[in-house]
Amino acid sequence: MNLIVCVKEIPDPETPASAFAIDPEAKRAIPAKDTPPVISPFDEQAVEAALRLKDAHEGKVTALSLGAPSAEKVLKHTLSMGADEAFLLNDSLFDDSDSASAAYALAQAIKKVGEFDLIFCGRQAGDFDSGQVGSGIAEILGIPSVTVAKKIDVSDGNARIERVLPDGYEVVEVSLPALITVSNELGEPRYATLKGIMAAAKKTVPVWNAEEIGAEPSKIGAAGARTKRLKLFIPVRESKCEIIEGENDEETAIKLALKLRAVKLI
Amino acid sequence: MADSKGVLICGEFMNGNLAAITTELLGIGRKLANDIGEDLSAVLIGEKVSDLAEEVIRFGADKVYVIESPLLKDYVTDSYVGVMEKLCREVAPNILILGQTSMGRDLAPRLAFRLGTGLTTDCLELSIDPDTKLMLSTKPVYGGNALSIVACEKTQPQMATIRPKSMEPLERDDSRKGEVIAFDAGLDESMVRVKFIERVKEEVEGVKLEDADVVVVGGRGIGGPEPFAQLEALAKLLGGAVGATRPPCDSGWLPPTQQVGLTGKLVTPNLYIGVANSGASQHLAGCSGSKHMVAINKDPEANIFKVCQYGVVGDYKKVLPPFIEKVKELLAG
Repeated sequence: MNLIVCVKEIPDPETPASAFAIDPEAKRAIPAKDTPPVISPFDEQAVEAALRLKDAHEGKVTALSLGAPSAEKVLKHTLSMGADEAFLLNDSLFDDSDSASAAYALAQAIKKVGEFDLIFCGRQAGDFDSGQVGSGIAEILGIPSVTVAKKIDVSDGNARIERVLPDGYEVVEVSLPALITVSNELGEPRYATLKGIMAAAKKTVPVWNAEEIGAEPSKIGAAGARTKRLKLFIPVRESKCEIIEGENDEETAIKLALKLRAVKLI
Repeated sequence: MADSKGVLICGEFMNGNLAAITTELLGIGRKLANDIGEDLSAVLIGEKVSDLAEEVIRFGADKVYVIESPLLKDYVTDSYVGVMEKLCREVAPNILILGQTSMGRDLAPRLAFRLGTGLTTDCLELSIDPDTKLMLSTKPVYGGNALSIVACEKTQPQMATIRPKSMEPLERDDSRKGEVIAFDAGLDESMVRVKFIERVKEEVEGVKLEDADVVVVGGRGIGGPEPFAQLEALAKLLGGAVGATRPPCDSGWLPPTQQVGLTGKLVTPNLYIGVANSGASQHLAGCSGSKHMVAINKDPEANIFKVCQYGVVGDYKKVLPPFIEKVKELLAG
């Protein structure tokens, strides 16, 4: 089975609000000094989903990322988890992509990779939480999409997928090729083994530019974007937390209960 | 679509009635329509939904398109995208808004790409730029650490999905008049590539998280599934519900349906009690609408203390039992 996973490098979503800063001109987050960027968590689960199918059915897992040169690290991470090959899409022409131009560039790269049975994406990237690129790639390639998956089984050219719903899940079936976006309910992604890390270190991550994936300049980066970010700002938050203190835990606990009663919350 | 006109919202249902998101969509849709001086339309899609069309008018629509078919009984991507595409090509709305719900998250992106237009998802605010008359969509980004204002300048419809409970519905007005139009979507079974098999409910019994007045949330620091019984006991005392941040759900301590956060349940209780949770932005995105927040955490630097009104720095294992006892006593007295 040929499996393709799209992953994105994002600022660490666990960056505490106090260390979070933005560049209002560029309308982007300024990476925090002590917290290096990471693979978007849902994308890591998408890699896990692809690897589970590879474990069960054999096959090849190809990882793709559209991003800065530093995104090579994220791709290396997918290799160390068990992906077979990885390609980075990098070109200044890709700068200021929105969901539309990112999906187009990734779809072009997928065509260049060639044959595929399933494409995996995270349900949404942990930076802009837009959740559009997966469905967009499927639409561009003219294949069905199933979003927010938590379990995927493949047999006889069909995928049986459990999709997360607010009050449970639903089961759907789709014939391959198809695109699946993965949610965290899939379960924890595997850790990279030492062997995996060593193998990944030996692999190179080829970089493809816009021309190499046959992308029309009018459809990529800012030129191909259908939405425009006009402003990015940090909202003002009032933070007035009253810390309840006592001689010991028990007294503190009682004081908290009395306080909540006094302000009529209980 | 040069002659695009009007605002269109896509309705949803809950137990045979309009879902809350539908009236919220009508509320913001009406405001945007007034601001650009155009009509507000709604579309209702399902097996049998025409009975609710008048209700949609009472909540603010000028026009209601009804698309009915047994094939539309359950939400399936291909059929819903297909009928929405046909409607949008015929009606050519200037603005199209859906809910950031299970359906909207799946439908809106695929539809936006089919129509070749721009979409901003999970918006907290929509307004009209007084100069350009374009829709301005405000959405949280970077896990809620920042807000972004986005416009779709070149293509129509300008699309957005709105976060549930972020917009005010209008007062229901029985005297409001409107037009109901049955729309023939020419649905064809061969369009449907993803086959629906079954739906499985996993929700726990008792008060629903989204509706609860009191929500007690446990985080990674709870340490395992058993101590959640204490949180259950507290929630029960207060007539509330128990939720969790993502790690406890991913570890299987609690079912995924009890996850509170950006990708889980959205809660807006009067009282939120966070126990041993750090206050990750992913989680706060799902509970920042709480009216009052209380936190118990042993780390004084925990982010949760930056958003709550009352805090206790301490080990929940020592704080929670006497707290529950005192609450019990106060409620009994």
